[in-house]
Amino acid sequence: MTDVDGYSQVPHGLAIGLVMDTLADGTPAIRLPYSEHLIGDPDTGVLHGGVITALLDQTAGMVARPPDSPREEAAIATLDLRIDYMGPATPGRDLWAAGECYKRTPNIAFVRAWAFHETRDDPVATCVAAFMMNTPNTPRPPL
Amino acid sequence: MKILSELRQQGKGQDMAAVVAAIPYAAFLGVEVQQQGNEVITVLPFKDELVGNPILPAIHGGVIGAFLEITAVLQLLYETACERIPKTVDVNFDYLRSGRGVTTYGRAIVNRQGRRVANVRSEIWQESRDRPIALSQGHYLLAPL
Repeated sequence: MTDVDGYSQVPHGLAIGLVMDTLADGTPAIRLPYSEHLIGDPDTGVLHGGVITALLDQTAGMVARPPDSPREEAAIATLDLRIDYMGPATPGRDLWAAGECYKRTPNIAFVRAWAFHETRDDPVATCVAAFMMNTPNTPRPPL
Repeated sequence: MKILSELRQQGKGQDMAAVVAAIPYAAFLGVEVQQQGNEVITVLPFKDELVGNPILPAIHGGVIGAFLEITAVLQLLYETACERIPKTVDVNFDYLRSGRGVTTYGRAIVNRQGRRVANVRSEIWQESRDRPIALSQGHYLLAPL
């Protein structure tokens, strides 16, 4: 895993409270502590699906990034992302996400990621995504 | 009291701005609503907390996804009186252009609505409706009244 620190500085990641962490076996992971501003269903307190999308997009992007390619030097862009929601996240509990890049070409990285409370074998949501490598990363004016 | 029946009792069953205000994450993103006839147009004013890549800057892919999902759910709730907020079953996002530091707009079309599941497609754009920045299509589990 490269550039874990860069990923801890993503503004929306900070806004929802994403924490760079590792699983018990040392696998890099992102942890999302439960917070009331992330609720999607006020009747149950369950997290919003969009929060899980943000967690999985960031996790997938982190594992899609080629080794030795720091975030400041090269941008990558999500081409598509599919998410399956297996069940509600339990209110009050931390949600974890980890992923793997299962194929890398010069232009594209193909990634899977999981969001879960205990282990990836019992997922809250799963995701498959494709990322474009080395997209432009120079400042640009707003429209 | 369930939030949707509470809103209906207040005569706000089809007031999607009131629904957004009741959903903490949608309110946190700052989603606004412009209802145009039977179309719910969602509006996401830009703010720094939405950014994924601060160098460009570009809106976070997760925010783009969340905004597409919120747009789909609001169109569904506008068309169908439900017992609870629809739950996403699965959804596919296509990212066409990066989201820039300006206001984003969204709309959704209910492709098919069954008894329990609806298939909804949504799209969002910035400077022109003809140039969407992202699309989504997904299934949402419903509890119609």
